[in-house]
Amino acid sequence: MSHSSMWDSISGIIRRDLLLAMRRWSDAAMSVFFLVIVVSLFPLGVGPEPAVLRTIAPGVLWVAALLTCLLSLSRVFTPDYLDGVLEQMVLVPQPLSLLVLGKVLAHWVISGLPVVLLSPLLGLQFGLDGEALGVLVLSLLLGTPTLSMIGAIGAALVLGVRGSGLLVALLVLPLYVPVLIFGAGAVTSSMAGIGGEANLSLLGACLVLSLFLAPWATAAALRIALE
Amino acid sequence: MLQAVGLSCRRGERRLFSDLNVKVERGKLLAVVGENGSGKTSLLRIFSSLLPPEEGSVRWEGEDIHQLKEFYSGQLMYLGHLNGIKDDLTAVENLMSSMALAGEPCSESGAKEALEAIGLKRLVHRLPSKVLSQGQKRRVALARLWLSTHPLWLLDEPFTSLDTASTAVVTQRLHAHLQREGLVVVVTHQEIALPSERLQQLRLAG
Repeated sequence: MSHSSMWDSISGIIRRDLLLAMRRWSDAAMSVFFLVIVVSLFPLGVGPEPAVLRTIAPGVLWVAALLTCLLSLSRVFTPDYLDGVLEQMVLVPQPLSLLVLGKVLAHWVISGLPVVLLSPLLGLQFGLDGEALGVLVLSLLLGTPTLSMIGAIGAALVLGVRGSGLLVALLVLPLYVPVLIFGAGAVTSSMAGIGGEANLSLLGACLVLSLFLAPWATAAALRIALE
Repeated sequence: MLQAVGLSCRRGERRLFSDLNVKVERGKLLAVVGENGSGKTSLLRIFSSLLPPEEGSVRWEGEDIHQLKEFYSGQLMYLGHLNGIKDDLTAVENLMSSMALAGEPCSESGAKEALEAIGLKRLVHRLPSKVLSQGQKRRVALARLWLSTHPLWLLDEPFTSLDTASTAVVTQRLHAHLQREGLVVVVTHQEIALPSERLQQLRLAG
């Protein structure tokens, strides 16, 4: 197994998934619209009081980001499972966990990166100041790849199962809780003037941990799904 | 050489086959035949390592495939009864991404040549696969045979949806692979027009 053929396989997966996302841009656009609509509903429901909006902003933005990620999980492996590409993926002479990493990276670019890029604009709706917006972006930059990593495990575990949409939510949401707490906590701490470094560090630790464990666990789940 | 030693397979409560022994030398094609549900696809999946056998082992050049792991994957080209192509990609894009995934990247011109070799005209190369017929989609998947350098080909019903001319072209390609000391296992319901010294048949009773 050469490094170049390993890179060919991983980059091939990333390129193909990004190309497919461009061809089916409406899927990605729907996730973004979902995020914008969910976040925009809160000021309408809670009222325009700036202090209240600032208080709920970190939680609302982070929960919306988490739900947006959850919404797109069915697109990570199910299409490949249904059209036979997953069988090809499992049988290539490269470690499956590395190929999974490529797929999760593509998933994050399609569904997580737009959330990160849109977050300053959405934060402005809630009256967040410059520093809080910076921490929000940084927390999402660290947290959304972790959501994709954890989500991939759930998506792989429910492959081929009827009613998998609900099941994946039940599996994954409890695992999202620490990321949600640290992510929203980073922004809240920053707004309180005590800095968000501690929570950001914990988010970074979650990301590193998920980078090592999630591809391996996902690969094992995919192999079981194909048996 | 591919060898099955004492293979048993159970799907759910049903035993598909037990104590199955077969040996296929390089330069030969093993045609696995039998009724629907007799375990042909399961056997092919066991050969590919996608499905672990209940008992027994599969050996490639004398070594257990589960010990060879990624080396064995680098020796085989598997085509299941799903085509493994994306509806939103063109035939050329599908073929290039399949080969890149397999660690055998090919150029656009190489992909086009392979598609032409299997009878897909240039007009079809740039169309999204969702507008192709089932036979054309199958040919896009089978075009990998013209690009793969792997010695072991495992093919599940490769002739499904193909017309007579395409079946003959694919058969010629299989023959060429066998002449280069390749080894092919085919699950099929059809007769394969190859010289008898190249053919070996395994009938599963079910």
